[in-house]
This record gives sequence, C-alpha cells and structure tokens, in this order.
Amino acid sequence: MDNPILTQALIVLLLPLAAFVIQIFVGKRLPRQGDWLPTSAIFIGLILAITLFGRMLANYDPAFKISHRFDWINIGSLQISFGILIDNLTVIMLVVVTLVSALVHLFSIGYMHGDVRYSRYFAYLAIFSFSMLGLVLVDNFFGIYIFWELVGLSSYLLIGHWYEKKSASDAAIKAFITTRIGDIGMLIGIMIILATLGTFGFDEVFAGVADGKLSGGLLTFAGIMIFFGAIGKSAQFPLHVWLPDAMEGPTPVSALIHAATMVAAGVYLVGRTFVFYSADALLFIGVIGTITAFIAATIAITQMDIKKVLAYSTISQLGYMVAALGVGGYMAGLFHLMTHAFFKALLFLGSGSVIHAMHHAYHELHDHHSDPQDMRNMGGLRTKMPITFATMLAATCAISGVPFFAGFFSKDAILAAALEKALTSHNPIHMVIFGTLLLCAGITAFYMFRLVYLTFFGEPAKKEVHHHAQESPTVMTVPLIVLGVLAVAGGYGHWFEDLVTKPDLAAYATTALVSPAVPEAGHEAAHTAHTMAMWLSIFAAGLGILISTAFYYWKKFSAEAMAERFKPVYNFLWNKWYFDELYAKTVLAGTHLFSRISGWFDLKVIDGLVNGVAKITVLGSRLSGWNDNKIVDGLVNLTANVVGWFGATLREVQTGRVQNYILMALGAVVLLYVLQLAFA
Amino acid sequence: MLSNVLSWIIFLPIIGAALILLVPRNEKQTSIIRWISVVATGLQVVLAVFIFMKFDRNTATMQMVEQAKWIPSYNIEYFVGIDGLSVSMVLLTALLSFICIFASWGIEKAVKGYFALFLLLDTGMMGVFCALDFFLFYVFWEVMLLPMYFLIGIWGGPRREYAAIKFFLYTLFGSVLMLVAMLVFYFNVKDPVTGGHTFNMLHMMDQTLHQGLLSQFNVRLLVFAALYIGFAIKIPAFPFHTWLPDAHVEAPTAISVILAGVLLKMGTYGLLRISYPVLPDAMMYKPFAYGFVVIAVINIVYGALCAMAQKDLKKMVAYSSIGHMGVVMLGMSGLTPLGMNGAVLQMFNHGTVTAMLFLLVGVIYDRAHHRDIEGFGGLSQKMPIYTGIVMVAFFANLGLPGLSSFISEAFSFLGAFSSTAFNLRVYTIIATLGIVLVAGYMLWTLQRMFLGQLNPKYADLPEINGRELFTLVPLAIIVIFLGVYPAPVLNLLEVTMNNLIVVMKEAPALWGMQ
Repeated sequence: MDNPILTQALIVLLLPLAAFVIQIFVGKRLPRQGDWLPTSAIFIGLILAITLFGRMLANYDPAFKISHRFDWINIGSLQISFGILIDNLTVIMLVVVTLVSALVHLFSIGYMHGDVRYSRYFAYLAIFSFSMLGLVLVDNFFGIYIFWELVGLSSYLLIGHWYEKKSASDAAIKAFITTRIGDIGMLIGIMIILATLGTFGFDEVFAGVADGKLSGGLLTFAGIMIFFGAIGKSAQFPLHVWLPDAMEGPTPVSALIHAATMVAAGVYLVGRTFVFYSADALLFIGVIGTITAFIAATIAITQMDIKKVLAYSTISQLGYMVAALGVGGYMAGLFHLMTHAFFKALLFLGSGSVIHAMHHAYHELHDHHSDPQDMRNMGGLRTKMPITFATMLAATCAISGVPFFAGFFSKDAILAAALEKALTSHNPIHMVIFGTLLLCAGITAFYMFRLVYLTFFGEPAKKEVHHHAQESPTVMTVPLIVLGVLAVAGGYGHWFEDLVTKPDLAAYATTALVSPAVPEAGHEAAHTAHTMAMWLSIFAAGLGILISTAFYYWKKFSAEAMAERFKPVYNFLWNKWYFDELYAKTVLAGTHLFSRISGWFDLKVIDGLVNGVAKITVLGSRLSGWNDNKIVDGLVNLTANVVGWFGATLREVQTGRVQNYILMALGAVVLLYVLQLAFA
Repeated sequence: MLSNVLSWIIFLPIIGAALILLVPRNEKQTSIIRWISVVATGLQVVLAVFIFMKFDRNTATMQMVEQAKWIPSYNIEYFVGIDGLSVSMVLLTALLSFICIFASWGIEKAVKGYFALFLLLDTGMMGVFCALDFFLFYVFWEVMLLPMYFLIGIWGGPRREYAAIKFFLYTLFGSVLMLVAMLVFYFNVKDPVTGGHTFNMLHMMDQTLHQGLLSQFNVRLLVFAALYIGFAIKIPAFPFHTWLPDAHVEAPTAISVILAGVLLKMGTYGLLRISYPVLPDAMMYKPFAYGFVVIAVINIVYGALCAMAQKDLKKMVAYSSIGHMGVVMLGMSGLTPLGMNGAVLQMFNHGTVTAMLFLLVGVIYDRAHHRDIEGFGGLSQKMPIYTGIVMVAFFANLGLPGLSSFISEAFSFLGAFSSTAFNLRVYTIIATLGIVLVAGYMLWTLQRMFLGQLNPKYADLPEINGRELFTLVPLAIIVIFLGVYPAPVLNLLEVTMNNLIVVMKEAPALWGMQ
C-alpha cells in the first residue's frame, strides 16, 4: 500500500463513491443541488489518472504491472480478496473512463439544467463512475462480476431517470434483465473456474490454464460462458435488443454508459482475460461479433431517430471490437475501444446538443407533441450550430474511417487483423468474417453521413423550428471540442501498440509443461495484410460516403423511392429484424405462461391436494363420527335398551302383593318338578 | 447473570410476559405493556451483543453451556449451549424480536394477549436455537407453535382462521414425525456414562454410541426421511410449502416478519443441527443427496415463477422466501466450505432482507388498506424516502452486489457447483435461472408500484413515519454493511461449519458405505 501509484488509483476509485454517498443523502440541500460535487470528484480523478498516464509514458515499460490485495473474505482455503491490478491497459482505461465521464458531467450541467431530479441524476452518475472504475481496476473474476452487476444497476437507474414515462421504466427493466441473462452465463463461467482451479485471481487462473489444469472442451465452454457476460453488457447478438431502448435515458447518459464506457466493458473483459480463451472460444467470439456488426449496421440504415441511429451504430462498432478480439486482434480491438469511446461519446453529446436545440425551439413554439429526436424534422442546422456541426462532422469522419482521423487507424488495424487471420488460418469462416467486416465499414460510412446530411445539410424541414434553434451553451460545447480534438488526433503515433502488449499464455505457466505456442504469422503476411486491408478499408469508406452523398446531398436518388422498391427488405430493417417481436412472443410470453401455470398449479394442485387431504380427513372424521354415533354407540344403546326393556317388562312382576309371590313360587316349584321329570 | 447468559436470553421474554399479565386495566395499560415488551426484547438485544462479543470464533465446541438435570428418571436435561451455527440465529432472533415490538405498535385489539403471546413465542424461538437436549428442543419447538396459532388466528387478516389452522396442523404433522425420530434416537443411543438412554444431542452426534435400530442402515434412512419431512415443512420445501403463503398473508406484519425471518430458518437449522451430524451417512446416501438438491432447485425456480404470478404484494414476498430458502438448501447440499458457510449466511441475510420486505408491505398496507400490486403506481413521487428503502430491500432481494444477499447467494451457488462429494453442476446451472426470474419480478413490481404516473387515488398518502423508519433503518444498515463486509458473521460460522463438513465426509467410511 506504500506504493504511490496504488494510492492514487484508489483515490480515483473512491472519490466518486464518496461523492455518491454525500449526494444521495444531502445533495438536494447543497448549493446548486450538489452538481459540483460529483463533477469535481471525477475531475480530480481525471487529473490523477492523467498524471498516472504521464508517469507511464515517462517510465516507458511495456511490462509495467503492480497489484495489491486487501483481505476481504477467507473461507477454508479460499481467500477472496479485493485486489487491484494496474498495468498499462488499466491506466489507459482509467484515463478514458475518467475523461469521458468528466466531460459528460460537465455537459450534463447544461443539458439537465432544471430537471426534476437534478441532484439524483448526479448521484447516479457518480455511482456509475465508481462501478466502472472498479471494473477496470479489479484483479479477479469475482470482483469483476461484482462491478459488472453494479454498472448494470447504475445503467438501470439512469435509463429510468425519467420514470414517469412508462417507456423509460420499461427500457430500464429490459436493460437490467437482458444483461442479467448474460451475467448468468458469466456466473456459470466463474463457477467452472472455481470448481476446477479453486481461485478467482486472474493471474492464478491463467497460470492454471497454462499448466493445463483446465483445458479442452471445458475450457472452451468456460470461455464462452464468461464471454456471455460480454454479450449481455456489450449488446452483442442475440442480447443486443436492450441497447436501442436504453436511449430513453438522458442523452449524456447514452454518451457515457451506452456508448463509451459500460458497453465497452465486455470488450475490456475479453481483452483483460484474453489468454483464457481457447481457439474455439475465440472463433465463437469472432463470429458473434461479426454477426452483431452486420445486423446492427443494416438496421442503422433505415432509422429516423437520431439517437437510435447512433445506438445501432454503437452495437455495430462493439461487434467490430469483439470480432477483432475473436480473430486475435487484441491490440486492434482495444485500440478501437478507446478511439470509439471518444468519437462515439462525441456523437452522442453532439446529438444531445441538437436535441437540446430542437427541444428549446419546440418549447418556444409551445409545441409539446413533435419529436425533437426525429431527423425528418431537422435539416440545415449547420449554420445555426456551427460548433456542434464541426465536431460531429469530425466524429463522423472518424467512425467512417476517413484517413487520418482516429477511427481510421483502429478500424484499419481491425481489418488488418481479420485479413491476417483469414490468410493464415485457412478457415473459410475467417474469410467470411473479414468480408463482412469490410462490408460493414462501407455501411457505417453510409449511414453516418446520412445522419450528418439529414441533420445539418439541406433545407430545414420546419422553418420556424430552424429559426428558434440555437447553439448550446459553453458548458456543453467545451466537452464537444475536447472530444473533437481526440477524435481527430487520438490515433496517431503507434503509442497504443507500444504501451500495451498482447498477453501470452505460456508466460503464465508455472510448470515445465509449455502450452503449444500459437503459431505467429510471418512478418511478411502481416505486412501484406496490413497494406491490403488499408486500401480496402479506404475504398469501402469512400464508397459508403459517395453513395450517401448521392442520396442525401446531391439527391441523385430518392431514399423514399428506394424504400418503396425494396419494401420487404426496408420493412425488415425498419423493424430491426423483428428481434423484439420474436422475443416477446417466445421468451417473454413463455416465461409469463410458465409463471401463470406455476401459480395455478400451486394454488389448485398442490394446495388443492393439501386441502383435499384436509377435506378427506374431515370426511373421514364425519364418517367415523357417524359410525361412532350410529353403529358403535348404537350397539351400546341397543344393549342398554334391551336391558331396559327386560327391566321394564319384569318390573310388572314386582306387584308388592304376597299372594302373587306365593303363587309364583308355587308355579316355579311345579315347573322345576316337571323339568326334573322330563330330563331325568 | 453473565455465567448463564443463555438462560437469561431465553427466559427474559417470559418474565416480560408474566409482568404484562399483571398490568392492571387502566388508561395507561397499553403503553405500559408495550414498554415492558420493549425492555424485555431490548435487554435480549444487549445480551445478544454481549454473546457476539464474547463468542470464541476459533472453536467448534459448544460454548456458554448450561447443563442441569430436569427429569432424571428419563435422563432429560436442561442443556443449552451455542456454536457458530446457533449463535448467528440467536443474534437474528434477538434483533428481529426487538424490531417487531415496534412494528406491533399499531395493534389495538387485545393488546395484553398479543404482547404476552409474542414474548412467549420469542422464548420458544430462542430456546430452539440454544437447546442441546432433544427433548428440550422439542418442548421449545412446540412452545412456539401455540402462540403462533393464536397470533395469526386472532390478530390476522380476513382468512386468519383458515391460515392459522393450516399452519398449526401442518407444523404439528411435522412435529409428530420429529417425535418419532426423537424416540428412535432416545432408545438407540447409549449414554456413555450411565449406559442408559439419552436425549443429549452431543451424544447422538457421536456415531460410536449408536446401537440397536440405529445400527441398521435402512432404519437410519427412514428416520432421516421422517426428520427431513418435519424440517422441510418449516423451511418450507416443495411440496410442503403451501401453508406459507396463507400464513404470511393473513398474519399481522410483525408476525409475518417473525415467520419469514426466524421460523423458516428453523427448518434448515434443524437439518444442520440434527439431521446432518446425527445421521451423516443418510445425507451422504446418493439418492437422498440428489433428491435434496432437486427439491432445492425446484424451490428456487418454481418459487420464483409462482412469485411472478402473484397479484398480492405480500404473497409475492412470501413466494420469494420459498425461492430464497431454496438457495439455502442448495448451498447446504454440496458439503463445501463455501456452500455451507454461504447457506448459513444466507439464512441470516434472508432473515434481515425478508423482514425489511414484510415491514415495507406493512407500511403501505396501513396507508392504502390493500396490497394489490396493480392498484398503486407512481408512489415514488409521494413517498421518496419509503421508495428509497424499498429499493434497498428489493435490490438486496434480487441479489445485487454490495447488499448482503449477494454474497451468501453467490457462495451458495459457487459452493454447490464446486462440490466434490456430489456432481451438482447441472442442478446449479438450472438454479441460476432463478437469478434472472427474481430480478424480473422484483423490478416489475417496483415499476408497477413506484414508477410511472402517480395514481390520483393516493395523491395525499403520508410519507413513512419515524417509528416505521426506526424499524427499517437498522435492518438496511445491516444489509448494506454485510454486503460490503460479511466477515463479522462469516467469522462466527466458519469453524463450526468446516467441522461439520469433516464429520459428514467421514461418515461413509464409518458406516462402511462407498
């Protein structure tokens, strides 16, 4: 604990927690409802994280790694400690998380101004920052599961911030439950790890895998189960359905949680535990990521809600990162995580700025029905909101992979990794992955420029709205500018590749048994793949932008006519491949049906049985009561009656007259005499 | 006083009850009765804290033992003592009894009878957790039954008589089976000193003293089954659980708290105190062990599904208890340190969390006079503090990290999955379904009652009051504290539970089984 780096990291972690505790109890009574408290907590965290980053650059050591464990729970031989692990990747993630978080705090001060639960909102932001930082810092699977669930909680709370709207609380529940399904998989994975290796710590687990204590099919299964957690949190197919709905939350929240940080946690998880995945598990991961990237990209083409487009774009980009890790592009996937965090946060905050302006304009016009997020109501906003426009354009170039913007470098790295894998593995699936990712690059460029054209170019859809729209206040534009700079410049100079090393399983082995080394592709192949991927990527992006411009800027083609012509396809995409409908009719309806059947079964059958037994007992007791009354007691009474009858009859004899008695005695003597004669 | 602290903690409530019966009828009667109850249970809490401080965490042997002859001709003793298993339950009972006195403040009908019976119940519960003589255990077990019957049957809701009789008969049925088992033990366990019969539980746990019928494996299995049914009714384990929704729904708030918080634990406590150590080979018998875990899984999944189907808030909480007690059984089934400690911790945590839930149901019922989940809406706008506490309790119930239930449930699952004695992996994986289902019905309930637009019917609902807060806040603090740092309770249990596992694992060798 005497290590200053550890202390510093702990302070970064605990400041938002302290801010949360204060804010939740007394936030409302503080000046400005306490918004400055979590904001300054996270800004101090940012400064500390940046100094850590500076120290890291100054001491330039790719193998830098420190960790510390605090005693928490000991049961038998098992020690579950709260451990912190800091390496270069952690430091980079700390900077990314604190930076985006700090900017979102700042932006929120403007965006959420006058909100009903302003102080509560900042408390929730603080607990989110704490959970997310914890997730980045922990050194074991149990700890990551804890923070994994906690970010889910903050996501739930913030999506449901405007819970008066049923759609908001529905979306919050959907997010929590859907991600929890993924968490169950992760729990199963953790259970397998504990049962086979007896520990949770990353290093110990990897050592166990390297030593062959967990291997073969079970290792693959465990890997896929752990990855299931990422499927939930990072909105991968088939659990991606919650993320678009999560846009019900305030837009800064979408930028922070549902674009830059929490949804990327799944990618971080796979990266952090990269050596844990067998080749088969990685193939599974790659396929899931590719499917996700493709499905989401196609849906994004047709959406009209500005935030929905960005939501599907996020899903698609997350699929990209996951696919990158799946094809072994460790560096590429994590690098894209970082650049994406900047440009996607920027896109969301920019859309927030637009929505803010639209909302303001509708407010001026006393229009409470029109949707401020529908791009069909926008257009021509570039003159009204120059800063928002410029920064969003930069981000769009970055995400589309326009050369020399941040996203270009990372996306190129992903495509290169995929191509390299396809060229070396001789597995046709890897070729399909590369082809699909390339196609997605084109689609991404298309729909992103579509968004920019619809929002900022062309004639305003509604003149009076356009007239009232205005640029957002400084507190909101400053974050945009900072992120804009990063979206332009964040990808230069190989620094990421230099600082982060791809982990090697063999390095964890404690016994002589060396696991078979992964055959590294020749330098030649890597170089060819890189050059080829770069040109293909530029080509795809260019084509996408070109088509988009033809449709939405030059208006050479009509999107409406196109939609009409390919109606079935358009409907299919517009309805998001009908995933929601499918789940509603199967999983949800099934659960409700089962629940109702169980409730009925419990009441009617099991309790019915209990009551039946009681009734039979009562019946039995009545029967035996009747038996007792009529038969048993009847017999007793009969005996008594017979005796009584005899008594009554014989009583007649007792007349009290001596003559009668003498007569009877005489009669008896005569009778006896006769009997004696008869039997003698 | 401190040398026989257990006797004091057991009989303090009875002294209180006796005093209450002496209170003369006047205008101050009600408040005198209440305050006598507060003092009696408050002193109990003080003693519990004393026990907590003084308890030696490093030994599995019985502590604070008191032993005296009671009915010498049958070798029946007054024999009490606690180990790690019982001490956690003693603490829980003292805490909940004290809180429940305040939750009973609103009782208007026959106040004297209510509090006297409540304190009698308290003595019964404490006695069960401390008794080490099976006969004494049985007496305390029955002492609980009677006050409970009247407390539900007189102070309960509209169907109170049905619920009370159902509870009474069901429990009595279990008691009879327990009585049979007790007599088998009595006649077939040799007193090491006199060579006669014995009710001493510690002697019963010594396998070398078993003789006669108890040396026949089939008899041991039969006795185990009889004991199991007796305890399963209390847990309650499927399919013996249907008394619980009725009893919980009809009982007044404080009694529901006691029922769910303490009485359910007696089932699993009985299994761990008697069935496991006295007949370890029967528990290790494969068909029994797997049957046990199957019932645990049914409890978890089926309980959650039933809870989801409920329209009455209190009934939903009741079914949720069935699911969570299933987690306790799951943890107990694997015989791993993680699972066993997790299970007992879960007993404690479920006690506090479910107590919060029933108290919260009581708060809203006192105001709205109904418990129909669909009949509310938007309450958070009117009752923000209440909603905040509800959220703590709901999220604890669905096992959110940082709140107490998470750790105990996670340990129970992890422990069962990593069992080396049996292969429980598939069962545990099926049981994880319950984790999603619980989240589903808890959040859905939260939404329907507290989120959305405020139901205009409840526009002037008063916020939770100070007395109600006083009952809930201590529990919330414990739930949060143990969620962050469960060691204080785990340290109490650990040595005892680990010792029990050793005993269990030695059993097959002892009885020549494989």
